[in-house]
Amino acid sequence: MIHHRVKPTDRNMIEDLLRPVLHTTWRFYLAVAILGGIVLTGLSTWMYQAYNGLVVTGDNWPVYWGFHETNFVFWIGISHAGTLISAILRICNATWRRPVTRCAEAITAFALMIGGIFPLIHLGRPWLAWWLLPYPSERGIWPNYRSPLAWDFFAINTYLIGSLLFLALPMIPDFAMIRDRSTGLRHKIYGLLSKGWYGTPKQWHRLEAAMHIMALAIIPVAVSVHTIVSFDFSMAVVPMWHSTIFGPYFVAGAIFSGIAALIIAMAILRKILHLEKYLEPIHFQNLGKLLFTMSMLWGYFVFNERLTTWYGNGTAEMPVFQATQSGRYAPLFWLMVFCNFVMPFPFLAIRRMRTITGTVIASCGVVVGMWLERFLIVVPSLSYKAMPYSWGHYMPRWPEVVIMSSSFAALVLLYLLFTKFVPIISLWELRVGEHSELKAAESVQAAEAAGELV
Amino acid sequence: MKAVYALYRNPDSAQRAFTQLKKAGIADRRITVLSSEPMEEYEFGQRDRRTIITWLAAGGGVIGLIGAYLLTSITQKVWPIDTGGMPIVTNWTNMIVLFELTMLSAIATTVITLLITANIPSWKKPDLYDPLVSEGRILIGVANPSNPSLIESTLQTIGGGVVKKIE
Repeated sequence: MIHHRVKPTDRNMIEDLLRPVLHTTWRFYLAVAILGGIVLTGLSTWMYQAYNGLVVTGDNWPVYWGFHETNFVFWIGISHAGTLISAILRICNATWRRPVTRCAEAITAFALMIGGIFPLIHLGRPWLAWWLLPYPSERGIWPNYRSPLAWDFFAINTYLIGSLLFLALPMIPDFAMIRDRSTGLRHKIYGLLSKGWYGTPKQWHRLEAAMHIMALAIIPVAVSVHTIVSFDFSMAVVPMWHSTIFGPYFVAGAIFSGIAALIIAMAILRKILHLEKYLEPIHFQNLGKLLFTMSMLWGYFVFNERLTTWYGNGTAEMPVFQATQSGRYAPLFWLMVFCNFVMPFPFLAIRRMRTITGTVIASCGVVVGMWLERFLIVVPSLSYKAMPYSWGHYMPRWPEVVIMSSSFAALVLLYLLFTKFVPIISLWELRVGEHSELKAAESVQAAEAAGELV
Repeated sequence: MKAVYALYRNPDSAQRAFTQLKKAGIADRRITVLSSEPMEEYEFGQRDRRTIITWLAAGGGVIGLIGAYLLTSITQKVWPIDTGGMPIVTNWTNMIVLFELTMLSAIATTVITLLITANIPSWKKPDLYDPLVSEGRILIGVANPSNPSLIESTLQTIGGGVVKKIE
């Protein structure tokens, strides 16, 4: 079946994409109030936890890493779709990327911010967070670059700064567009944000060159970030953590969960902001194919990890293995396999089912499954350490659940506020795409007229 | 007269105007070109293409690498941590910091170079600008022209655009 796409005109395109920025409805304020309330509840709970100490959480000997650490790894993973996917598609010059890139890059920025807060939450006494920073002190603890936590500090901050710049630079021409279409305070704010941008050929060349270089630089940085997050675990001699496969396994899982989050975000934006003409079924189809590839890759890594552990039959590792395969954590493990591999399979593998609804259903499953995966990496290994006297179990308490829920609300709130101030689809990049398509169509027509094409 | 310019919807018309202005003896550098998207497939969009931003980014990366090496190795020697005979300067683990700071420095250099060479932010108002550029029009014009009537007539002959003057 051939879909004849109704092309939006240039004016329609500007109006459609600037409407959420220039017009605010009561629904926006209501959503901000509700989400803000949830986020405030989460912040209050964090304060309650800070006042009373980590004793109010389920973290206890021997499992000191629970929901907070799971959420840290989960959010850093979610951040991986955006900038990485955008950079890869930009380098490959994939034309279908244009409406997708900014939605994706925004996820990276916000997920990284939220993920970065969880180590502070997990500290218990966040006002002592500066002890983690390298500084010259009489205690002589400054240059400890051997700690994976110090690596996290460098990697996450590099990725966050790079991602924010990668997101912000292509916004400048769009800010100039809003500047020229607005008046009053809005004109002043966007005028300040796009100060000096007038669209000279020199400015366009420099922007494109800079974006190309940053795309090349950000890909290895993105890969390094989740590899380093995996080092938080694999550098420790803890059963089923001390594994060489953890780096690529974490990276694959991160991209997997990130793409799923991107598909969900795009579907919601499409519906709420009426972007049906711009976020088309083809975008979901293509992202669905990527998600399917990552699902296969994730399955491959899980199989490798499990097989080597089982075949090795290590005394320390087998209790963790048994607990996840058939013991206490087995229901969560098999639910994870179902959500990440079994359930998405038909929705993503069968072309007819790879619709917007199909990819969103599969993505919801993947987000749940990947959260479970992070939990199953963190908790069972700590529950069954090498010596049986140090075995114990973890059960989350309400502060962890509230803080986790508010982190999801925080992402939605940040995203909502972002769409209020920035066009969620890059206008100028979309224009380039439309003109390229037009030019290609004209070339074909000219060739047909000249009898070059049969 | 401060400026004469024309606004075109069609890049082909803009290209014709650019060519005609050059044929009329206007120096390439004196012609202002503004657009709301990169127009790399047209001659008028090819101006100022050459840049050393890639080399500067690479240079920034090298500086970041050297800086990171000095940071890690010197500080580890100044505040040594002796962990049972293991090396004080731990190059294997330092490589992670070296990599991150190299990339961060390359990214920062790229952005700084972009901002400086593209003149952003700039508080100086341009000689020639029209908000319709944001609507998708392409502006071709000359600021402070010595012979405004020649430019106006040249732009008029092209057609397909709206000729404007700033008195």
